[in-house]
Amino acid sequence: MSSEHSTESIQEHIRVYLMVFGALGILTVVTVLASYLEISTSEGIFLALIIASVKASLVAGYFMHLITEKNTIIWILILTVVFFFVMLFLPLVSYTDQVHI
Amino acid sequence: MSSASHNHDHHDEGFIRKYIFSVDHKVIGLQYGITSLLFLLFGFSLMAIMRWQLAYPDTPIPILGFLFGESGTLAPEQYNSLGAMHGTIMIFLGVVPLAVGAFGNYLVPLQIGAVDMAFPKLNAASYWSYFVGGVIMISSFFMPEGAARSGWTSYPPLSIFENGQTMWLISMIFLITSSLLGSMNIIVTIVQLRAPGLTWMRLSVFVWAQFVTSFLLVLAFPPLEAAAILQLMDRVAGTSFFLPSGLILSGEIVDVAGYGSPLLWQHLFWFLAHPEVYVLILPAMGIVAEILANNTRKPLWGFKPIVYSIIFLGFCSFIVWAHHMFLTGMGQAMSAFFQTTTMIISIPSVVILTSYFLSLWGGSIRFNTPMLFALAFLPMFGIGGLTGLPLGLAASDIYLHDTYYVIGHFHYVVAPGTIFALFAGIYYWFPKITGKKMNEMLGKLHFWPSLIFMNGIFMPMFIQGLAGVSRRLADGGVSYAHASGVLHWNEFMTTSAFLLGIAQLPFIINIIMSLFSGEKAGRNPWDSTTVEWAAPSPPLPHVNFDSEISIHHTAYEYSVPDAKKDFILQTEK
Amino acid sequence: MEVPYIVEEREDTGLINSKLGIWIFLASEIMLFGGLFSAYIFLRLAAPPGDFARWASELSVPLATVNTLVLISSSVSMVMAWASLKLNDLSKYKMYMGITLLCSLIFLVIKYFEYTGKFHHDIYPSSSTFMAIYFTLTGLHGIHIIGGMIVMIYFWLPIGYKMWETQPEHFANRVEVLGLYWHFVDLVWIFLFPVLYLL
Repeated sequence: MSSEHSTESIQEHIRVYLMVFGALGILTVVTVLASYLEISTSEGIFLALIIASVKASLVAGYFMHLITEKNTIIWILILTVVFFFVMLFLPLVSYTDQVHI
Repeated sequence: MSSASHNHDHHDEGFIRKYIFSVDHKVIGLQYGITSLLFLLFGFSLMAIMRWQLAYPDTPIPILGFLFGESGTLAPEQYNSLGAMHGTIMIFLGVVPLAVGAFGNYLVPLQIGAVDMAFPKLNAASYWSYFVGGVIMISSFFMPEGAARSGWTSYPPLSIFENGQTMWLISMIFLITSSLLGSMNIIVTIVQLRAPGLTWMRLSVFVWAQFVTSFLLVLAFPPLEAAAILQLMDRVAGTSFFLPSGLILSGEIVDVAGYGSPLLWQHLFWFLAHPEVYVLILPAMGIVAEILANNTRKPLWGFKPIVYSIIFLGFCSFIVWAHHMFLTGMGQAMSAFFQTTTMIISIPSVVILTSYFLSLWGGSIRFNTPMLFALAFLPMFGIGGLTGLPLGLAASDIYLHDTYYVIGHFHYVVAPGTIFALFAGIYYWFPKITGKKMNEMLGKLHFWPSLIFMNGIFMPMFIQGLAGVSRRLADGGVSYAHASGVLHWNEFMTTSAFLLGIAQLPFIINIIMSLFSGEKAGRNPWDSTTVEWAAPSPPLPHVNFDSEISIHHTAYEYSVPDAKKDFILQTEK
Repeated sequence: MEVPYIVEEREDTGLINSKLGIWIFLASEIMLFGGLFSAYIFLRLAAPPGDFARWASELSVPLATVNTLVLISSSVSMVMAWASLKLNDLSKYKMYMGITLLCSLIFLVIKYFEYTGKFHHDIYPSSSTFMAIYFTLTGLHGIHIIGGMIVMIYFWLPIGYKMWETQPEHFANRVEVLGLYWHFVDLVWIFLFPVLYLL
């Protein structure tokens, strides 16, 4: 562990954390402002989720160190995200693809 | 954990620390084992009471009739309670804790040459969470509301308004927590604590099965936990997650906000419950693999296809769930999708079963008790699997859904399937765990009647199901004209069930007898190749092995040409 | 013999046990909150058009925006606490962990006002499916915050950080693992905020 985390590299990390902090603050404001845009509901959902995903990627990538994380962890997360989307979208599709008697 | 300077002297552990709140995976495994076997026995008794009623509808239940009221017979709600609790207890308190909690916890560290699981304290926590969940589940019988009676599937709206469901939900939260902690532990243990030289392709099929099973548990259980929270809210906080508008109960419109969806529960429930059935079968397949290789004295046929099939099976199990929901009005696209994935998932199962059958070819077969159970698993699981096919195709499922055909199908897979494999495992590993051998004659006395009566109970269910007899009927189908031709099977099935119960007596006697006066077993009484047999019998407290463990062979090196003996222990240099 | 790879990484995986363990736990949490998000989608479709948006307008966007910024700040202070340990600065660690705790407390207090405000206006989980999923999602999230705070308090007090004196690397790993959990809690909120309050 210690070789990865020399004093200089930690200082470097801290710089990055503070930059991400700033970015997250800005993006939060952007999120709120975007909600006032005159766009359709589905466009609004799309936009909100894109911005949220960018924020989430920053937190996951830099605060949670996923950017430099080992393959084992990355693959487990990819698998999880695949099933996450299956769980989110298949019931949705089955709802819209109903037989209406 | 502690630093290098900590002296490990465990001789002065008190009784409580050593046996009750132990962090040793072997003690915890045994705790899971004993608790789950007791729950299996209890769940069996519930079924025995139901089967009596089905065979003899107007006759009071013998001995226990007083528990059910004046007439001594089951009222419909009581029958439903027994049914819901039988399913819940067998799956969540019986089979899974035995297959994963007991076998997994006890054997995984040993089979990978580790001293314990990665997180021993978490391991203890997961057992006690299971225990508390079990107590809550059983205590529901004694609550004023009684036990749950909306099926183990707990479909709303019934489960929102019917009695006994709240305790079921609270219990499930403890059980799911236990499962999550335990399966996370198994994954980390297998990834991180493999002994030097133990590469992934040198792992036993048993360990691979536990590995994939744990992923299923980690990823599939949480949606059910979410759903259980929602159902609890509907029951207790007056929400209408699962309650549609305009619902009429006892002639009146229910006073809730409405706009909820019963289908939402079904999706979230089956998202877990389908992978759950693979949780039920994978550890069993792992156990059977070990015992077949050992008692044919040859390597497993198709080790790599078996491993890849287990992985593929695990993955596919997440995308087939709605084949339990073909009758919910889903459209063509969804139906076609789920039928296709369901047909595809049968392929890895067939690959595994075929590999097992082929493993017998040219083997030098020893017909000891574990092998008998393992051999029986093959055709029994085969029947279970094949009868699943008409259920996976919507056209036939429309007719068979919710009939006794389904009950026959899934019991074949779980009862003479998984449970036989678990019996096999108990007979096989008993010498390692206790240092004593079990009695072969009693073993055979347990096996043969069990095999016969399992078929006696479940084969006629296909006949009744095909005739259209619905499941969960308190009167067993008596009030339906289309059932009249097949109802005579009820008495046959009930008799088989009771005789199956009696057939377990030699097993219970065997365990107790062998514990006290069984023949001493050495380190490796079965002449097996896998790592656990390198440990003493029983393995040493906390450290397991009495020498440094390193791995130099694959898992099934039996009858290697030019070798000294007909097997090579994985640890042999 | 001890369980290995608690402090030193295993060579082929490059991981310590607790890091792998917490990520697997977080994977299960993704599926847990995912189940609730799936419920949200389903319920929104099942409700009359515009119903969800109408009920969502009862929520206070300013309060939630403040809460979002508060939680992001707590995430930063949490990672700074870990970085301080890596730089061998125990007092900076205590300061940052304290800030994290303070931010979490502020978050909960604001949530308390949000909830009681609803109850004052006779709005409960039973009022509509939107309110039901709102209270459940934010409630479960809140329970996760409380859980995180309990562990934080333990690591902030001498009883927790005394491990730093004898096993600094092990302690730093524990704080890192707590941090991963905490960042996840922040992540969930990053999605909860727009979905519940803005859509």
